Amino acid sequence: MALLEVIGLNKYFDGFHVLKDISFSVEKGEVVVILGPSGSGKSTLLRCINGLEEIQSGQIKLNGEVINEDSTKWHLIRQKIGMVFQSYDLFPHMTVFENILLGPLKAQKRDKKEVARQAEELLNRVGLLDRKNFYPRQLSGGQRQRVAIVRALCMNPELMLFDEVTASLDPEMVREVLDVMLELAKEGMTMIIVTHEMEFAKAVADRIIFLDGGEITEVAGAQEFFTDPKTERAKNFLNIFNFKEYKKGVDNNEKI
Amino acid sequence: MDIGFILEISSLYLEAAKFTLKLASIGIILSLLIGLFCSLVNYYKVKFLKKIVNWYIELSRNTPLLIQLFFLYYGLPKVGIKLGAFTCAVIGLAFLGGSYMAEAFRGGLEAVSKAQIEAGLSIGLTKAQVTRYIIFPQALAVSIPSIGANAIFIIKETSIVSAISLKDLMFVTKDIIGIYYKTNEALLMLVVAYLIILLPLSLLLTYIERRLRYAGFGN
Repeated sequence: MALLEVIGLNKYFDGFHVLKDISFSVEKGEVVVILGPSGSGKSTLLRCINGLEEIQSGQIKLNGEVINEDSTKWHLIRQKIGMVFQSYDLFPHMTVFENILLGPLKAQKRDKKEVARQAEELLNRVGLLDRKNFYPRQLSGGQRQRVAIVRALCMNPELMLFDEVTASLDPEMVREVLDVMLELAKEGMTMIIVTHEMEFAKAVADRIIFLDGGEITEVAGAQEFFTDPKTERAKNFLNIFNFKEYKKGVDNNEKI
Repeated sequence: MDIGFILEISSLYLEAAKFTLKLASIGIILSLLIGLFCSLVNYYKVKFLKKIVNWYIELSRNTPLLIQLFFLYYGLPKVGIKLGAFTCAVIGLAFLGGSYMAEAFRGGLEAVSKAQIEAGLSIGLTKAQVTRYIIFPQALAVSIPSIGANAIFIIKETSIVSAISLKDLMFVTKDIIGIYYKTNEALLMLVVAYLIILLPLSLLLTYIERRLRYAGFGN
């Protein structure tokens, strides 16, 4: 049984059809990367999965259980689905440690000692244990994003959603965040990642979902998608990142 | 200037100052509660209540306190509701201050970004927990300066209750001027008394504001 199953999901924003009949599933331990041009609905799809956006029709199943009914207690579901945002969104009035402990202590009502031990261990893994009493404003963008990842991980989620987590970072900081995610993938964490980092997608993904205009136009294994995309749209999308033809001093006519 | 006279009347001012402070404290506390309630009703868009709250805020902010007090003290007995002068003053101050406090809280609540709320929800907190642990602390930090300004405003507004014969600082001053004709001494004492009450509060607020600014969130 798939860990997450999305069946016929439709989402409208004031009559605008953002997501059209989306269906896919994610197996336990799988890393799925969602690619697609801006405005294709990638982020909205992630937000639908943990209930930050309402959907108009379709089903979302977590471990076989439908989670988008009126009676759904989203705060309980979200404890199993971690999410990391583009703008980090750490709580600025709390220290790093307080940020991480808030969910496990208040939402999950876990034992403080146990949570603190886990939080320290996770911070240590992302290399930020010495920053645990800092406030978010005292950290760099990459450090904040790593804390945000730890904050989500400390809830022991079954599924992690990453929404363009490196999009507002300097190139050097992008690496430190991606390394943490690669590490997670290696450990078998189930992840759905929206990103524009193509090389990273290639390295981390088991499967690529290509979204265009609110529709899934292609689903393929990572290797297959990057070397031999089936649809014209995906081909064009991947070619945008190809600068070879524009090299200075090269006769461009040869290629055309 | 008659120093001896000033010393003689200082005990009267001490009594009056105590009364002013007592009235103002009750007024401020009630204003805070009313303000908090109103701002939450507005923030969570509670149907029906929201309309009443907005009517109240408009009514309270656009009528003078003196008229409100006259209405309570002289008007209500005509329809059979008799309230003591002190009760009238407390109700009047709370009625006035509540709307100002509501606006102060509103500013703070609106300053908390949607992203912060979503981040809170995404770690499995309930709406109530998000309000308590994320919205409130951040909103309060933004609201504190205007809450402080409102508190000072309410203290100063207490000077109007002398109009319904409550023995506050203003009342004592008018009394002394009426009996002894020592206008200069009485007015000087009035100003000094208000300064003694308000200056420390004002300085404390400046200090708190500065602390908050240094703690400036800036995510």
